[in-house]
Amino acid sequence: MRGLGIFLIVMAALAIVPLLTASNVVLNFLVMALLIALAGQGWNLLGGYGGQYSFGHAAFFGTGAYVTAVLQVRYGVNAWLAFGVGIAGGAIVGAVIGALSFRSGLKGSYFALITLAFAEVLRILASVAPLTGAGVGTLIALDLRPAAFQFQSRAPFYWIILALVGASLVLVRLIEDSRFGAYLIAVRENEDAAKALGVNTITIKLGAMILSAAITAAAGGFYAQYFLFVDAGIAYGPWISIDALLAPIVGGIGTVFGPLLGALVIKSLGELTKLVTADAPGLDLALYGCILVLVIAFAPRGIVGILTDIKRCLHPAKTEPPASLEPGHG
Amino acid sequence: MSRELFLVSRRRFLQTTALGAATGLIAAPAVLRAQAAPVKLGVLHPVSGALSYSGQQGRIGAEIAIEEINAAGGIKALGGAKIEAVLGDAQSTPDGGNAEVEKMNAAGVAAIVGGYASSICLSASQTAARYDLPYVVDVGVVDSIVTRGLKNTFRFGPGFGVIAKTALDNLVAINDQAGKPAKTVMIVHEDTAFGSGLAKLLNAQLPDRGFEILETIPHPTPTRDFNNVVLKIKAANPDLVIPANYYNEYVLLARTMQQQKVQPKGIYSVLGGAASSYKFVKEFPEAAQYIMDCNHWFDPKNPKALALKKQVEDKGQFYTYEVYMNYSCVLLLADALERAASADRAKIIAALETSTFAGHVMPYGPTKFVNGQNEGAAPVNTQVLGNDIQVILPAAFASAKPVFPMPRT
Amino acid sequence: MLSPLLIIPAVLNGLMAGAVYALVALGLTLIYGVLHIINFAHGALLTAAMFAAFFAYHLLGLDPYLAAVGLTPLFFLLGYALQRFVIGPAAHGEDRNILLVTLGLAVVIENALLYAFRADTRTINLPYAFDVVAIGPAFVAVPRLVAFGAVIVVALALWLLMRWTDTGKAIRAVAKEKLGAELSGIDVAHIYAVTFGLGTACLAIAACLLIPTYYVNPSAGNSFVLIAFTTVVLGGMGSVPGALIGGFFVGVVESLSGLYLGESLGQIGIFVMFILVLLFRPNGLFGARA
Repeated sequence: MRGLGIFLIVMAALAIVPLLTASNVVLNFLVMALLIALAGQGWNLLGGYGGQYSFGHAAFFGTGAYVTAVLQVRYGVNAWLAFGVGIAGGAIVGAVIGALSFRSGLKGSYFALITLAFAEVLRILASVAPLTGAGVGTLIALDLRPAAFQFQSRAPFYWIILALVGASLVLVRLIEDSRFGAYLIAVRENEDAAKALGVNTITIKLGAMILSAAITAAAGGFYAQYFLFVDAGIAYGPWISIDALLAPIVGGIGTVFGPLLGALVIKSLGELTKLVTADAPGLDLALYGCILVLVIAFAPRGIVGILTDIKRCLHPAKTEPPASLEPGHG
Repeated sequence: MSRELFLVSRRRFLQTTALGAATGLIAAPAVLRAQAAPVKLGVLHPVSGALSYSGQQGRIGAEIAIEEINAAGGIKALGGAKIEAVLGDAQSTPDGGNAEVEKMNAAGVAAIVGGYASSICLSASQTAARYDLPYVVDVGVVDSIVTRGLKNTFRFGPGFGVIAKTALDNLVAINDQAGKPAKTVMIVHEDTAFGSGLAKLLNAQLPDRGFEILETIPHPTPTRDFNNVVLKIKAANPDLVIPANYYNEYVLLARTMQQQKVQPKGIYSVLGGAASSYKFVKEFPEAAQYIMDCNHWFDPKNPKALALKKQVEDKGQFYTYEVYMNYSCVLLLADALERAASADRAKIIAALETSTFAGHVMPYGPTKFVNGQNEGAAPVNTQVLGNDIQVILPAAFASAKPVFPMPRT
Repeated sequence: MLSPLLIIPAVLNGLMAGAVYALVALGLTLIYGVLHIINFAHGALLTAAMFAAFFAYHLLGLDPYLAAVGLTPLFFLLGYALQRFVIGPAAHGEDRNILLVTLGLAVVIENALLYAFRADTRTINLPYAFDVVAIGPAFVAVPRLVAFGAVIVVALALWLLMRWTDTGKAIRAVAKEKLGAELSGIDVAHIYAVTFGLGTACLAIAACLLIPTYYVNPSAGNSFVLIAFTTVVLGGMGSVPGALIGGFFVGVVESLSGLYLGESLGQIGIFVMFILVLLFRPNGLFGARA
């Protein structure tokens, strides 16, 4: 697998964190960042590689969360099994939304808005349906056993979400190097041309959507186990739709490590602004928004973009065209 | 652990600078050179996001209490140790609350008070349980908060099981006293945890008390417009309207009812967002007249409660339930610290379990925790009469008699 | 439930509510039609306008309908400046960046308002706020009738502006064919900024029309955003008459589905309609191209 070295180094570095610090503040922070990274990687597959921007990834996150929670609470299903079914549930929702949207030929902003609408529909249904506990939400009973996917210490949670993120990184890298990935990128670059070349664009987009939904649903299911409480606003609210797209865009859209980098950066930014503004309500978020705007202004291709630029500066010989091809020479 | 120390000292420093003062909130009394090491108390509220008003009010109550305790000499059993507030913003989400609890634990707090919203309290108290960190819930009414078997969680105020029962007991009493003019009821509730949960209990219990529920109308928070809801009320013409929602929606509902000239025999709220709010009475006196509420309320015969009221109003704030409930919770904790004579968490939990604290400003009588729930906690019935909010039931705390049915204008 | 005594007032309510949605959507549809950006900051800007209207009354004693006269040009300038000096330069012309910049702006504006004015809900109590006019079986509040009329006037004015003035023609030119317009000598950056300014000016008027019967707090504007998006899509992105008719339609649909399904579930009516329109008629009622 291409880039195996970097991948292993990053994973190893992250994996030893719980061994270096007993601070639950740090571990909790990283768990949340990794959760967003996972959800964002799902978004990235569809949006970054496929060029289809979704504003409603909450639909998949929430489905993963609710299925995991409701199966345990109402039907006594084992937590791990429920988690697996949750991922499948998210994939199914992705398939439905994808089939409806892509077969109608929706692209760009229209696709983005319809995903938003679907997420809202699910949120409203979840807030009134008795199955999901309606407004009261679903509370998973405290049962600190590994068999119930709950742990006394934060470290196992951390390693599990890290493993999930690692798996998503491998998956995206493999897709990147596969024929499916090539088709997907072709669809992103110029859908009409791809279609003319014989690529079944609807099938490709649908495939990407299903995988994307499954990955984000995994993040949702994990959230349910980590916090043990899900309600309509948490599961299907705009907060996760926004975080899932913010992370990859800030980190580097359409790159393997983009969502991970982006999630770490935006979460750190959030903590930093809280630190600087003491306890004045709202000021930390206002500052956060300002910095976000500045980041977009000066780093439009995200952090990976910056890193690539730096690499280019350091190795100019590899990227300059040969002198004889430059215009103006005889 | 140097990062945690850095976090704490930064916070302390900023609290005492102009930036801290400029927020307009009461500056926390960060005493850096106390004779005895200060006892840290986590104060967690959603001061930003959708619940920010309630969170900010809660914080005010907690801070006034801390200031008062410190001014009176701190915790005497610990050599006059001052209480130092470690403020946390839950950002109106459970994960926000969770992250703050982790930080507070790392900062070495002896206990945490607050949360406000049920979903935040559920998550935060659970996280605190990992560290056997005592957690006193200020408001969160969902019953599951105290039925999880968590030893560290204490709720000072009532849960909605007690609230629903008290509300119905009092409703029957008021109705009987007036000659039973009310038979039919319509419930209008917000559709998240507290509204839905309450509506479910009311739906189960009202028929047993002899009332007929014509319709139960859930609505989202926020709701932009109540004209259709009021239309349905007008068409069904219930004797009583029972709202259970947050401040903004309650005000819109009441104003719309006034506009549409809908006047049932009574508006009997249960945890009505604005029904027992001085702000509402001040801003919309006509719409507020005769509205009854069964809600958290201070003890009107307690001079400390009245003094606190004056103190809060002098600062230009409204005396809302978040203020006096948090105030009482902090005093409760201070009492537990005195009795434990230690900042050790296990000892504080033990002290809370055996607490009989009566120095609070709520109409609860002496405290008694059973499985984390204060048994004496109960809501009180109020009514807007004249331009003031009076307590009408229970008789021990009443300052006026109920006016029911509502006189027609 | 099928009684005309309920349906007629519900439809009237829907029309009144829809008027405000139409006005909020007007700004959004212009911004989308010309700049091709989904303005995430629209809700926060509406909130800012509502605070402005509140303070105009509270500090200067200005009735909101009078305040609109001053606030509209003020917010036009604000929108112009935002697009010209913040959004435009920060976005480098890339669509997804504009999305993030407006998102960032929304966070900044909402939280700056929270920091400055705290979270308290503010309302104003005007003497005529409770006056009603009887229309058939319904009582319609006077401020809502005024809003209804005002929105029609504003929509008409905007439509005339787009049709007959040079600026309007330039805006339409840039919307249709940016490069061609630029080559014809039109200052595209200026036109973009003017369009954004028109959008925020609409929000200022909407705020003044809302404040007699609604309330203000730092998140008050957010609840209008999704429904405004629905209106824009229904009416057709970039179409002024589309936003107006679309607004009324959405308002009535919301009202009737609220009546039949309850307020909570009823909200689903709007989004289901949204999805159906997108699937079967993405151009909307009056839209030009997908």
